[in-house]
Amino acid sequence: MQEKKTIPSPRKITTEPRFTDKVFRGVVTSGGLIAGLLLGLIGFFLVFNGFEAMRSAGLSFLTGFDWVDAIPENGQAASYGIGAMLYGTIVTGILAMIMGVPVAVGTALFLSYYAPEWIKKPMVVVVDVMAAIPSIVYGLWGYFVLMPHAEYWAKLIHKYFGFIPFFDMPAPVFTRSPFIAGLVLAIMIIPIVTAVSREVFAQTPLERIQAAYALGATKWSMIKAVVFPYGRGGVIGGAMLGLGRALGETVAVYTVLNLVYDIRIEVLLSAGGSVASMIVNKFGEADPVELQALMGAGFVLFMVTLLVNFLANYIINKTARE
Amino acid sequence: MSNQNESGNREDNMSQMTGKQTSTSRPTPASGATRSLGDVASARTVNAGKPNSGGSGLEARGVHAWFGKKHVLEDISMDFATGTVTALIGPSGCGKSTFIRTLNRMHEFIPTAALAGQVLLDGKDVYEPGVDVTKIRLKVGMVFQKPNPFPSMTIKENVLSGLKLSQIKIENSDELLESCLKRAGLWDEVKDRLNEYGGSLSGGQQQRLCIARSLAVSPQVLLMDEPCSALDPGSTLRIEETIRELANTMSVVIVTHNMQQAARVSDYTGFFLSDGGPGRLVESATTVEIFTNPKQKRTEDYVSGRFG
Repeated sequence: MQEKKTIPSPRKITTEPRFTDKVFRGVVTSGGLIAGLLLGLIGFFLVFNGFEAMRSAGLSFLTGFDWVDAIPENGQAASYGIGAMLYGTIVTGILAMIMGVPVAVGTALFLSYYAPEWIKKPMVVVVDVMAAIPSIVYGLWGYFVLMPHAEYWAKLIHKYFGFIPFFDMPAPVFTRSPFIAGLVLAIMIIPIVTAVSREVFAQTPLERIQAAYALGATKWSMIKAVVFPYGRGGVIGGAMLGLGRALGETVAVYTVLNLVYDIRIEVLLSAGGSVASMIVNKFGEADPVELQALMGAGFVLFMVTLLVNFLANYIINKTARE
Repeated sequence: MSNQNESGNREDNMSQMTGKQTSTSRPTPASGATRSLGDVASARTVNAGKPNSGGSGLEARGVHAWFGKKHVLEDISMDFATGTVTALIGPSGCGKSTFIRTLNRMHEFIPTAALAGQVLLDGKDVYEPGVDVTKIRLKVGMVFQKPNPFPSMTIKENVLSGLKLSQIKIENSDELLESCLKRAGLWDEVKDRLNEYGGSLSGGQQQRLCIARSLAVSPQVLLMDEPCSALDPGSTLRIEETIRELANTMSVVIVTHNMQQAARVSDYTGFFLSDGGPGRLVESATTVEIFTNPKQKRTEDYVSGRFG
């Protein structure tokens, strides 16, 4: 004989928030929404204004190398393509990462595991202040102070590594090259990469550090076995945040880079590209049609940096959860 | 060989000890659920004797410890002879863990930690200036309360990690891997999955992996800071078997809150207590004596469960 069981349907569980809770919730929610809304509006503004230029150029807007205004007198049509500038942006960004990330990671390691307390605190402040220096200052300093030295370094690199295509020189002009722009950008991304790396290094579980030391590890072998594997994701994420900054950097690059509408692999040569700098360069004297193209270029840059930053945050958060 | 007790009558202990160290058969860790702690302790200690393999092992001489201004350990002197297991018991906060961390110089990782006295390994003070601290930690291994295998390494890499960390090169790592895992009682469970990550094991297996990892650098002494407190009874029993096995070739010092465990596994027991001030070694003797015939009233109260 079987008993009949009545299975109840699940109850609805609710909590009625208090009035003060509701008010507070409203305030913080609107704060959060405003940030998202602004981002959306900026994207919309760029698409709205640049759409015509992007539509008429089609895919060649991304791949074309020319940036030519229309000259009605000799019947020449306008042609706007940001291919060379986009390439140049990526090249300088990668150069900045190659030169800046190792320095930043070294700084973070020093601050987390080697620096005595009295050096550590002021140095953290100094590195953070580096992020607050206006980029035009980096640009001017890069142009007047760094470039004469960097020119000499570039010549050395060319002399000894010239057989590598990247370091070849078709013409002996070493100033305002992607290499020098990358160097300035490298210095500019050090604060953010250092801050993120330091954060993840500091979170390394103490029990793993102690386990390594209890096995007779030296400090360096402990760092290799415990700190690096744990912090890897965070460092990669921090490096990408730095890349995001390098890709979008405008004025500093504009000061130290010679913009040339051409794709060249020689990074020591005084010819490079940067979407952001190009926009600054052309913006002042652009006619309405060219302005549309510049808006389109801005939209592409906006999307690329947004993507890099999202990816960076995703990697950092994923690491933090593990 | 004896552990010094507070009143310092070493001769007394010495004679008792030599009297007991005659039989050679190995005890099996008794489950002892229904027996008194004294019975459990006698059951194994009476059988536990083995000729002392010589070597002065590890000795603490008048060790004091501070954290900042707080005096946490006062004048601890104990001997840990090769081939013995010593249990340190006492209520929380009495300085047991601090004490064993002074023995392999893990104490100094805590900022503001200070120390007085000597820790002698083979007669040499490990705190002497110029001593290579990494060498000390190779000779005096440690197993922590919470299993802490390196999650970025496989089981195999975990066991051999000590060699890599201290830059020791060896000929036949597979042989060492197998022998360490066998001594830690883990080989049969992991021999087919040596390339899986350490984190894929259960808590008890992870702790045995950590023991195997400590053994790979062939320490003379193994310090265990409540190694079973996060484990289930089955895993605890496995680790106790392992400890008994290890005591054939090294000395083991184990901090435990589980008095059954102290009775089952140790030859000597030290009872620590802090009455608000720094922790002191109240009594230190053979395990059977501590559990059957303690000299101090406070020891008796503690082991009979009247406080703590």
